[in-house]
Amino acid sequence: MSVNHCGDFKETYAQDMRFLQTNFIRFWVYGLVLLLLFLPLFKFGQIIYYTSLVGVAVVGAVGLNIVTGFTGQISLGQGAFLGVGAFSCAYFMRAWGVSFWLAMPMAGVTTAFVGMIFGIPSLRLKGLYLAIATLAAQFIIEYAFLLPSLEKVTGGAYGAKFPPVMLFGNKVSSDVSIYYIIVIVAILTVLYASNLFRSRDGRAFVAVRDHYLSAEIMGINLFKYRLLSFAISSFFVGIAGCLMGLLSYGTVMAEEFTIKLSIEYLAMIIIGGMGSVIGSIFGAIFMTLFPLSLTLLSNALASSYPSVSALILSINEGVFGLVVILFLIFEPDGMAHRWRQIKAYWKLFPFSY
Amino acid sequence: MKEFLRSRIFGWAAFAVITIAVLAFLSLSETARSKGISGTLILQLFISGISFGSIYALVALGFAIIYKATSVVNFAQGQFLMIGAYSCFGILSNLTSTTSIPWVWAIILSLVFAIVLAMVVERLILRPMIGEPIISIIMATIGLSYVLRSIATAIWGTDPQYFSPKLFPDKTVSVAGLNLPYEYIWGFSLSITLLCLFGLFFKYSKAGIAMRATAFSNQVALSMGISVKNIFALSWCISAVVSFIGGILLANITAVSVDLGYMGLKVFPAVILGGLDSVLGAAIGGIVIGVLENLSDGVVSKLFGLQGIKEVAPFVFLVIILMIKPYGLFGTEEIERV
Repeated sequence: MSVNHCGDFKETYAQDMRFLQTNFIRFWVYGLVLLLLFLPLFKFGQIIYYTSLVGVAVVGAVGLNIVTGFTGQISLGQGAFLGVGAFSCAYFMRAWGVSFWLAMPMAGVTTAFVGMIFGIPSLRLKGLYLAIATLAAQFIIEYAFLLPSLEKVTGGAYGAKFPPVMLFGNKVSSDVSIYYIIVIVAILTVLYASNLFRSRDGRAFVAVRDHYLSAEIMGINLFKYRLLSFAISSFFVGIAGCLMGLLSYGTVMAEEFTIKLSIEYLAMIIIGGMGSVIGSIFGAIFMTLFPLSLTLLSNALASSYPSVSALILSINEGVFGLVVILFLIFEPDGMAHRWRQIKAYWKLFPFSY
Repeated sequence: MKEFLRSRIFGWAAFAVITIAVLAFLSLSETARSKGISGTLILQLFISGISFGSIYALVALGFAIIYKATSVVNFAQGQFLMIGAYSCFGILSNLTSTTSIPWVWAIILSLVFAIVLAMVVERLILRPMIGEPIISIIMATIGLSYVLRSIATAIWGTDPQYFSPKLFPDKTVSVAGLNLPYEYIWGFSLSITLLCLFGLFFKYSKAGIAMRATAFSNQVALSMGISVKNIFALSWCISAVVSFIGGILLANITAVSVDLGYMGLKVFPAVILGGLDSVLGAAIGGIVIGVLENLSDGVVSKLFGLQGIKEVAPFVFLVIILMIKPYGLFGTEEIERV
């Protein structure tokens, strides 16, 4: 539902093309960014750590949403791509002595390259078949992580060391500085993704998703844009992998990047809202904090009832699955849709239509 | 000549000849012999591969039935298999302590449970999802697989369990220097029988014809007086029953554990090879994947020192099939014209 902002008159084309349209939106967005930047001042439990986790998830979810939500190509290989990003970043820093600031985009490009290789089947496949091809990619990459010939990069079963990040000759190690890195990268990612869909390439992605035959008739090179969406998406996923490494207390383990991680990210964009940047953010927040709170709750329960701790742990997983199913049945368009409805409600109040 | 070169028979013949040539080369070459790969070993791997593969074929059949009739991709197929093994185990171990319950009853009871479970799943989860995009259906069935696995671990824990009286006698037969466990023979013959029965069911029975009609077009089937809802429920039931049997057979060979759920992932290479919506394809695909998996475990991993290649070989194969023949050997090609 599109509702025009009351009293918002645009007089020039530049005004019409503004990124943040009204003062009201500007106030809230800038306010949110300021809040994020000053958040470390409030020493409230582990809020910094949790916000960093959410930030990593935002980068990854935005990345996945580009390929799955906007271009309509289901990717079940997200977890492995995150691993590619994390391992290659660690390798560039360790073996080549590249600083983190250069290693991060390099890892992004590496992941984009790997993503494009596994995106090649999209030349012939779409929908379910592509989903299964990316599922195969997940397993093949997961296996490759443990190959003896790649042990230099991934560290085999013991995991790869993630060297400390240097900034102006100082080691960046405190939670707060890592938090700042992650938040700034996340803000830049969101900014880029929001602008991507105002550009020719972004619109081409949406056209490919909505009706690929029509898109091709309109002169969009399907294969190019499908591959491009895999590349852009994997780039961000690789960056998210680097940030995961940054948050990992110095060791990246191959066993983190399983199909389960892929499914969690897919759940993020589905719960948040497919094909919506703000939906990726909602989904990232929800899917990070919800399992975390479940774990905290079950830990609390397990400490008071130790006999049922195994039971509670196994129920955790089921609750995750149940939440995904319930969302799909009752809120198939995700939280972003509900968000739009709430906004519309306030705009139209007291007339609901 | 051109037609012949393109025909399926030619494709299969070429496939078989290449496979046999590679195997013969492997068994005769010097490096292979030095690493302990002999013709007998390959034959042995082949046979156990076929018997495992026939069970994969059952699960793939379950997958293909659901896909064919309802165009739902069931990512929880492996969990159905696991629940099948667990429910049979639960009935056996709980009831044998007080009364001695024969295997036949355990199987029948767990198949009844399969039907109930399939009905519940179809009614509660899949029916509201009719008409949703494919990714929603994929995620819903993935969510279902999480729920089923968590139920199984909540009840039975994560340790592998074993059927206390085995389904088949724990003996092996030697035929021409090959050891054939009873379990393999029984598993193979049972699953082949079931596959044939279902093939006939789809071809000749009224319900089977109705199912094929529904698969062809929901609307046309509905207007011909076929209850599409019933057909959807029926296909879920058949699929669950088939997977439960597969689960029991597989658990009898290996163990009853949550890991059985991962077998569901091996179904994807099998059904893609055979073609997603083909019953015959599912059978052949399952057997090919079973053989491939066993051979890669016994031969490739020894030759090239790739440990655990067993787990990914089907997926590498899957990518290759998808690139060459996306709709599989017997699948319906989706042709779109503008």
